[in-house]
Amino acid sequence: VFPLSSTDTATEAPRDERRDGEMARITAALGAAVLDSLVKSNDDMWIRVSADAWRTTGETLKSLGYTYFCFLSGIDWLPSPFGKGEDDPTEPTPERDSTIKQGYTGGATRFQVIARVMQPFTSLGVNIKVDIDDSLAIDSWCSVYAGANWHERETHEMFGIGFNGHPDLRNMYLPSDFEGFPLRKDFPLLARIVKPWPGIVDVEPLPGDDEEEGEAS
Amino acid sequence: MTMLGDRQQLAYIAAQAADARVNVELETEGMTLNIGPQHPATHGTLRIIARLDGEQVVWAEPSAGYMHRGYEKLTEVRTYPQVTALVNRIDWLGSFANEVPFILAAEKLMGVEAPARAQHIRTILFELSRIANVSLFLGDLGVQLGAVTPVFFAFRDREYVLNLIEAATGGRFHPNFDRIGGLKDDLPAGFIDETRMVMKKLRTFCDQIEDLLFGNEIFQSRTRGIGVIPKDVALQYGLSGANLRASGVDWDLRRDQDLPMAWNKADWKVWSHPDGDSFARCWVRLQEVRESTKIVDQLLDTIPAGPVMAKVPKIIKVPEGEAWVSTENPLGEMGYYVVSQGDQGPFRVKIRSASFNNISIVPWVLKGVYVPDIITILASLYFILGDIDR
Repeated sequence: VFPLSSTDTATEAPRDERRDGEMARITAALGAAVLDSLVKSNDDMWIRVSADAWRTTGETLKSLGYTYFCFLSGIDWLPSPFGKGEDDPTEPTPERDSTIKQGYTGGATRFQVIARVMQPFTSLGVNIKVDIDDSLAIDSWCSVYAGANWHERETHEMFGIGFNGHPDLRNMYLPSDFEGFPLRKDFPLLARIVKPWPGIVDVEPLPGDDEEEGEAS
Repeated sequence: MTMLGDRQQLAYIAAQAADARVNVELETEGMTLNIGPQHPATHGTLRIIARLDGEQVVWAEPSAGYMHRGYEKLTEVRTYPQVTALVNRIDWLGSFANEVPFILAAEKLMGVEAPARAQHIRTILFELSRIANVSLFLGDLGVQLGAVTPVFFAFRDREYVLNLIEAATGGRFHPNFDRIGGLKDDLPAGFIDETRMVMKKLRTFCDQIEDLLFGNEIFQSRTRGIGVIPKDVALQYGLSGANLRASGVDWDLRRDQDLPMAWNKADWKVWSHPDGDSFARCWVRLQEVRESTKIVDQLLDTIPAGPVMAKVPKIIKVPEGEAWVSTENPLGEMGYYVVSQGDQGPFRVKIRSASFNNISIVPWVLKGVYVPDIITILASLYFILGDIDR
């Protein structure tokens, strides 16, 4: 039998010395720029830095051996006003909670940029988050990691987040006169609005509650 | 003009005059060459705009996006088990490998681990999709450099591997076989013997390709020293997989990362090459296929008994949290950053595909090369359009 491990045992797991040590190095090097940090044993590392220190964070991490640029993207923490796009168009739109709830290492803004860099060979990586305030812009990482160029273009196109100092923020996928930012939560998934999701008409009652464990199939 | 102030007007006239002078002084004219969107070297629809000075490229820019399907948005309206059907289609030549990191990320968030047998079979299917994917690359490479024979060999031998994948999963290209907590099914009867035979064929195929292509003088002179990418540049751009190992970085996520998969149960070698040129990239891939056949052979001997599915709830709800899992896919590092808010579907999925980073180096690496080398370099970087655009 392979039972579900309960989530509270995870916190009692022994500390991950390798990652704890790395995190101590990173926070020491970055100083006050780190607003919050998190190490999950045998999993991953997260830090959240202040927006002013975004570029220097990249430079510091690079000098600490995080030379491999993995990805950069954005997160919109607003819960989608359209839910899962499964609303019945004949019914009035249901009320939805619009409380913004950020994930690991918290945050104060609706938009966050997340990047990940890694140390080659050791395969240790760190996820760096930064809050994006209402100016919706942040320094570009292009001069630090050349590979950030395309990722920033994509993030600009999909979330409308600007990158100061980026050489060329043209659209990659969409026509240049496209309006709206598709990966924002308040951008509707048009396919679901033009034609209602067929799943809504043939929902059968599923056996058992959510709590009840089904048979392994 | 009347709208402008005096100073602006003066500046405007000065700029016009400067432009006119430059135009008189220019004796040669640059030429813009469009490669694609429909070119055999592009594996789909990538367009490359290259500005030439004589035979040399002075500026090049890939223009992707002809195949953008918006998977990151679509995952937000799907449940976790439904997502695998989407991500299958990212790198369509090695589909099963796309499902694995996503499922591993969901399992990590749920605290579920697949049974040992499922991990073993996952690894076998993962390596089979790598063999199917990269063997096609080896054949295609020949065609792009003017050698027609290898591609027939490649299509013939890839078919054996696809048949195996079909026998196990029911789908040649889009298996959709991986489940949270294990696999949909066990291996069919006779799979193990059949796979052993096919692996033998694939090793012969590798030898043939090595004879036909890698030992060929024309092939060597067209790839050696062409498109050299130094180590630090490769890392900065986030190149991964064989492209990175060909630049002398001995780093393989299968070996250097602790994942609930069975790679560490086999004895195999990670190949790297110090040169960083097109030849190195092709050579590393050839060795990778050989190593993959070895991994599959060894894992076939040691498949543990037991179930292929852990006990998971019928309705899968993933607890709140964030997880990153990446694996060494046929094209390079493929990873998913999954954000869950305790729902039946993910809140946000960032898909980090290998080709997106691998191709972002093209403007850098094409600067100053000659026109025929564009094809060599694109072919050796090896990308799949679905993997760039997602």
